Amino acid sequence: MGSTSANDNGGLGRRKLIQRSAALGLLTVPTVSFLSGCASGDGDKNEEVKQGTKSAKNPLAVNESAPLDFVLFDGGFGQQYAKDAVKIYEKNFPKAKVKFHATQAIQTELQPRFNGGTPPDLIDNSGKEQMDMGALVGQNQLTDLTALLDAASYDDPNKKVRDTLRPGIVEMGQFEGSQVWMLYYAYTVYGVWYSKKLLDSLEVTYPETWDQMLAVCAKAKAKGIAAWTYAGVHPYYIPFTLFPMIAKRGGADVLKAIDNLEPNAWKHPAVKDCFEAYYELKKKGYVLDGTPGLDHIQSQTKWTEGKALFIPNGSWVENEASKTMPKDFDLAVGAPTGIDASDKMPFGTLWASGGEPFIVPSKAKNKEGGMEQLRIMLSEASSKGFTQSVKSLSAFNGGTDGIDLTPGMKSVVATLEKAGTNVVNPRIGDWYTVLLKEKIGTAGLGEMMAGRLTPAETIKRIQGFADETAKDASIKKFKRQ
Amino acid sequence: MQHGKYRFIAGFLVVPLALYALFVIWPFIQAIFYSFTNWTGLSPEFKMIGLDNYSRMLEDDVFWKALQHSLVFAVVLPLVTIGLALFFAFMINVGGRRRKGAAVTGVRGSGFYKIVYFFPQVLSIAIVALLFKFAYNPSDGAINSALKAVGLGSIQPEWLGDPDLALICVMVVLVWSTVGFFVVLFSAGMASIPRDFYEAALLDGANRFTTFFRITLPLLWDTVQSGWIYMGILALGAESFAVVHIMTVGPSGGGPDYSTIVLPLYVYQKAFGPGQAAYATTIGVALLLVTLLFAAVVMRLGRRERLEF
Repeated sequence: MGSTSANDNGGLGRRKLIQRSAALGLLTVPTVSFLSGCASGDGDKNEEVKQGTKSAKNPLAVNESAPLDFVLFDGGFGQQYAKDAVKIYEKNFPKAKVKFHATQAIQTELQPRFNGGTPPDLIDNSGKEQMDMGALVGQNQLTDLTALLDAASYDDPNKKVRDTLRPGIVEMGQFEGSQVWMLYYAYTVYGVWYSKKLLDSLEVTYPETWDQMLAVCAKAKAKGIAAWTYAGVHPYYIPFTLFPMIAKRGGADVLKAIDNLEPNAWKHPAVKDCFEAYYELKKKGYVLDGTPGLDHIQSQTKWTEGKALFIPNGSWVENEASKTMPKDFDLAVGAPTGIDASDKMPFGTLWASGGEPFIVPSKAKNKEGGMEQLRIMLSEASSKGFTQSVKSLSAFNGGTDGIDLTPGMKSVVATLEKAGTNVVNPRIGDWYTVLLKEKIGTAGLGEMMAGRLTPAETIKRIQGFADETAKDASIKKFKRQ
Repeated sequence: MQHGKYRFIAGFLVVPLALYALFVIWPFIQAIFYSFTNWTGLSPEFKMIGLDNYSRMLEDDVFWKALQHSLVFAVVLPLVTIGLALFFAFMINVGGRRRKGAAVTGVRGSGFYKIVYFFPQVLSIAIVALLFKFAYNPSDGAINSALKAVGLGSIQPEWLGDPDLALICVMVVLVWSTVGFFVVLFSAGMASIPRDFYEAALLDGANRFTTFFRITLPLLWDTVQSGWIYMGILALGAESFAVVHIMTVGPSGGGPDYSTIVLPLYVYQKAFGPGQAAYATTIGVALLLVTLLFAAVVMRLGRRERLEF
């Protein structure tokens, strides 16, 4: 290779040939060849199945004998709840064969199927590998679920499915216009999670203003407990409590402007107040040491061990952290603490929204089957089963009567009740996933909470990211009314 | 005499060349083709958009960061790994003092060291990355616990959570996991150097330092050069992707504030993230150019007379 050997007679020596081809092989294989797997397919040749006969029991006119292909994200909620629903589908349509598959690698498995035009009929598009919803909608890859929402509900033929859902669920499935592209099955309450027992042992109550918060933090620190921890390597958990706090401080329109990528949306004084409040936690040493290097499980474990008092999280935490959570932990969730009495929205303002988005691809063969499966899952019985087994509310409104609720669930129901109509629902994460997770979360808030950026620098940086996204023609934009 | 020689060779190689063209060259051409489209990776539809992806790439700060980190990997990693491996291999094979009548021997316990150095090779890079991820855990990882144990409890870096340290942490793991391979490779090379050379050098009173630079390194040059290119490509491609993707923080890796993002990871993020597969192929093309350039530079710099023995 490159050496000028004295006895090189000008021919192509065997050794040289092998050396050269080996070098070429080494060069080429690792670089681009893995991209070849995504070579574009040649369109959709598969045909949709014929519709079945519409009846009271079959309002979506499902083809009784068509197979159904259902892919579920196998995450914090497990797969039993979906398996149970599949059993009901199979009982109702004995001639139909259901292919059920649960995976954590949603994108790895499904992107090639979308690209090849043969996606499954129903997908729970969730988890770390969630496919970008904005991109899917922008590429016309999803079916409008309005037909499902207007169909009779599973339990009561006189009630439409849409009337059985919790407030906000239908709206969350909309991007622009009236079409509903996804249906969130779980109902998640985001907030500040804590052990009521630990809080009581400090002889304090949950703080409603920031001065109270700092007092609680100081008391915890005196006892050798860090007040806060968070998923340091996934800093996009911080917005779970920071975004509703911003809304509480400056009104829900501040979040709307942020979602709509309006110029200078992040420069609103409410954003600054809240960023400074959080930064103070770090500066005063109220954040658990080493937090920026912990992932969500590690930080949750520190928190269940009682090393930290508060953690921003969603209501899946009760199930996810159940292995390390002591029996007498007495889990509770608090609505974000505000700044002071001049906040625009009352204490209790909360971020609650759907989780586990289910989608029916536009190129699915058996769209009606996919929707029917969802309709079954939204029945009272299925919803109860879900709530009971995974300790989370579902999109079905109610369905908690007669269930023995866990402490965390009880707290969730109470917090929701207290919030009333003051529920905010930022969309920036559904619409611009990269912007929220990588930029605002990791490169912005993560850096600020690690103490490496001041609030002013963070705001400037995040505004820059938002402007970049707003300018980027390759990202489809959405608008909140 | 040379007449027909190429045809003769090509006759033998036609099947492997065809396979090579199909599975290696063709994907390249495809990737280059897609870099001129707006393909999302989510549907088979796309249209040609000319050089838009390229101009976008040139304005993409994250791309420049990734490029910079990849170049650091390609320069620093081979330098450190091969330097260490040469030192270890030399000590194992010829660095020892004269004993048991043998003129040239390794240091005491060299057989044991050989196994120890090679040990990381039996672990998959994914396992190595995971092990180190745990070790780097700032609150109860092995490294900070060790610091505490020796009374340095006041020094508790956040390692992978610190943008100034994260890249170095990742590079250390790559060195650790690959140095053994080169120790074995260079040991084999050194074993083929005639013993008489060393004996002659010893008779002349040469010390270890001179022996290494006057005999071992020149005779091992071809192996070192191949090793250099091999290591550089590992550092630019698959291995750097694996460690960064598994070890560092962020939604799909890349470190706090993009401090460890490297080109292959950025390709992955764009291809399997926001539906920008065409843009990902564009970055892939950039990576290809960087890799080719790297190999060309190394071959150029390393060109020298081959010694016959």
